[in-house]
Amino acid sequence: MSKPIVATTSLAGCFGCHMSLLDIDERILDLIELVEFNKSPIDDIKTFTKQCDIGLIEGGCCNSENIHVLKDFRKHCKILVSLGECAIMGGLPALRNGIAIKECLDEAYLNGPTVRDNDKQIVPNDDELPMLLDKVYPCHEIVKIDYYLPGCPPRADLIWNALVALVTGDEMKLPYEVIKFD
Amino acid sequence: MSTLIKFTIDGVECMAEAGTYIVEAARENGIYIPTLCNIRGVKPRGSCRICSVKVNGRPMTSCTTPVADGMEIENNTPEINDIRKAIIEALFVEGNHFCPACEKSGCCELQALAYRFKMMVPRFPYNFPRKEVDASSPKLIKDHNRCILCKRCIRAIKTEDGKNVFAFVKRGRNVRIIMDPVLGEQMSDELAQKAVEICPVGALLPREKGYQTPIGKRKYDLEPIGSDIEKK
Ligand code: SF4
Ligand code: SF4
Ligand code: FES
Repeated sequence: MSKPIVATTSLAGCFGCHMSLLDIDERILDLIELVEFNKSPIDDIKTFTKQCDIGLIEGGCCNSENIHVLKDFRKHCKILVSLGECAIMGGLPALRNGIAIKECLDEAYLNGPTVRDNDKQIVPNDDELPMLLDKVYPCHEIVKIDYYLPGCPPRADLIWNALVALVTGDEMKLPYEVIKFD
Repeated sequence: MSTLIKFTIDGVECMAEAGTYIVEAARENGIYIPTLCNIRGVKPRGSCRICSVKVNGRPMTSCTTPVADGMEIENNTPEINDIRKAIIEALFVEGNHFCPACEKSGCCELQALAYRFKMMVPRFPYNFPRKEVDASSPKLIKDHNRCILCKRCIRAIKTEDGKNVFAFVKRGRNVRIIMDPVLGEQMSDELAQKAVEICPVGALLPREKGYQTPIGKRKYDLEPIGSDIEKK
C-alpha cells in the first residue's frame, strides 16, 4: 500500500506552526516512514504534483493569494486541517479586523511613527502584489475544514497525535495539556 | 438548627443544608458545576448561564437556585454540556480573544472552560467587533475586547463606604463597563488588585505588569478548571 500523502502551507501565519511540526524531534524519522510529503515548504515542492490525503493549513486568509492557495488545497486534499490559532480564528493578523483597510495602510506606510523616506506618500500598489482582503478570515469561513488543532503554535504532541490518528484511523489522543490556545 | 436535605446529581445521592445554592451544594459533595459570572460569597446574578443544570427536567441556573429536598439534578450530560460549550463559543466570537497575546492566558476562566469542554473552534462565525482598550486610569487597564460583561467587577468591587467603582453604560450590544472617574482614581492598590483577580478574563489588567508566570506553571496549564473541587 502506498503511503498517505501530506501537503502543508503557511498562509497569513508566521511559520511557527511549521516549526512546531518539526518540534516532534526524532519522531520526524517515523513521520517520513509513515507519510510522503507533497506541496510543502518543508520539501520546497511548490505546486501539487498529485492528489493528497491530508493538507495542513497554517495561517488565516489576509489576501487574495491566501484564498487562491487555500482553495487549491481544498481541491487537492481529502482532509484539510486548520493548524493553529491563525488558521482557526485569524490570530494576531486579525487584530486589524474591525479597522478600515485604508486606515491600516495609511498607518503602516504614511502616518506610523516608524515611517521614513516616503516623501512621495506611496502605499505599495504594484499589480504583482496580492490584494489585501477587507479583514483576515478564518480558513473555515472560506472553504470546508475538517479538523482543527488549536495552539499558538499547536503543541508538537498535538500535531503528532493528530497525524498518527489520521493515518492509522485510530481515535485521537487528546490529553488536557495539549489543547492550548497560546 | 440547620436541616440537611437529600437530593441527587446525575443519580448520585448528595446532602446539603436546605437553602444552599445548587452550585455550592454540588461543590460540598465534590461535584463541579462550571460557573463564570458567579462569585462565591457574593449575591448571585445568574447572567452567564454556564452553570445551567436540569432540575426535575427543567433548565435552571444552579448559582441562583437553592437545593430542595428530593431534587433530581442533571449536570454532566451530553445535552447540558453542549449548551455550556455553545455559550463559551458564543463568548469567544462576541469579543476579540487573541489568547496568544493575552496577559491572562493560562489563568483565564473563559479559556479554561474552553479547554475543559475541548473547544477546538467555535460553531458561530467570528464577529470581530471594534472595541477599545482604555488605559486612562492610573490603576487599571480596561480591555473591552475581552470583557464578557459578567458584572463581577460591579458586584464585588466596592469602596470602604460601599460605593460601586464599576458600572455598565449604554444598552444592548453597545453595553460596556466603565469605572467611576473619581473612585477609580482614588482606588487603593489592594482594591485594584482585587478587581484584576475578580475579573474572570483579561479585561481588567494591572499596569506595568504582565506575563509574570511562565507557561507550564500557570493556573490552568496542567489541570482543568474545577479539578480542585472534584478531587475532594
Ligand atoms: S481573556 Fe481569556 S479567552 Fe480572552 S484572550 Fe485573554 S486568555 Fe483568551
Ligand atoms: S471587566 Fe471583567 S469582571 Fe467586569 S464585567 Fe467585564 S469580564 Fe466581568
Ligand atoms: S454562573 Fe450561574 S449564571 Fe453565571
